[in-house]
Amino acid sequence: MHEYSIVGSLIDRVQQEAALHGGTRVHRLHVKIGELSGVEVALLRTAFDTFRERTICEGAELAIDSVVAVWACPRCDRVIARGAVLRCDTCGRPARMIHGDEIILERIEMEAPDV
Amino acid sequence: MCETCGCGDPEIVPVEVQERILSDNDAQAAHNRSHFESLGVLAINLMGSPGAGKTAVLEATVRAAGATLRLGAVSGDLATDRDADRLNAAGIQSSTITTGSACHLDARLVHHALHHAPCGDCDMFFIENVGNLVCPAIYDLGQAANVVALSVTEGEDKPLKYPVMFQKSDLVLLTKIDLIPHLDFDVDAVEDALARVMPDAKMLKVSAKTGEGIDAWLEWLEARRPARRPDAESLAHHEHHHHPHGHSHEHH
Repeated sequence: MHEYSIVGSLIDRVQQEAALHGGTRVHRLHVKIGELSGVEVALLRTAFDTFRERTICEGAELAIDSVVAVWACPRCDRVIARGAVLRCDTCGRPARMIHGDEIILERIEMEAPDV
Repeated sequence: MCETCGCGDPEIVPVEVQERILSDNDAQAAHNRSHFESLGVLAINLMGSPGAGKTAVLEATVRAAGATLRLGAVSGDLATDRDADRLNAAGIQSSTITTGSACHLDARLVHHALHHAPCGDCDMFFIENVGNLVCPAIYDLGQAANVVALSVTEGEDKPLKYPVMFQKSDLVLLTKIDLIPHLDFDVDAVEDALARVMPDAKMLKVSAKTGEGIDAWLEWLEARRPARRPDAESLAHHEHHHHPHGHSHEHH
């Protein structure tokens, strides 16, 4: 259940940004979570619902953009089929992940009366 | 003004961040990595299920190489010092990070452990993670390489079930191979599963009990050792440096 420690880091980061921008209340967080990031989206929501109480994120919505994992050949850019061996048939090179391991805080929507 | 949902609320502002949520851990891991590299110590993050044989592999490693290499370790354990006790008895200078209910080590915990048990006089330093095939994979600790121990009793499909862990590993040690004659274990099947989750998959077959394959494991480690700085030992004991959390101090 590392999702709890991820939510802890997330809320800390939001508090820093709110302090920086004079934010008083957070309405929505946008995060991007990759399929192969090791973060389970449902558990992340549960952890967020639990930990946001009595923080600046209380009542905030967590908007999650889930990213499908895609592997491709670093040389010829050929995309590897899902579940296939992670090596290019043509070039023989080990595949590289194009996306799918993101654990990113993209954007915070906050009330900032002084901005 | 809020432009996202179109409510037009003038007091809602979007703040762009676009940063990894674990950026604090990443920064701490980079700090640990610079420690290891400046000391010329090869740091390995050893992961695997509970009972995969992580501690036994380290015991076999020191049996085979203890005369020529100085090995150090820190073991992540929920509740006991048993792994560190076993390693100390085997001749690996070792301490425990007691994680309580936490299912993984993070870079801050490793940094804290290094303050109390410095690794500067080691050639190789093993961070034996908490037994778990899920959580440890996503925390960078500052290691040079990730190694996953997978025992033959766990079944061939473990890599497909836990792709994140295997995708992040640089080497898989297939452990307890002395048991293969007693099991219906298909080595080709585990190699095929690894190739589908781990780019440039590498697997070494070892038995901590018989010592089979330990030579190849030592060769793999040896090939990754950084050049040892001649002043590494004095650095280990007298280094002053800056920390991300804003203090500098002497390491003992």
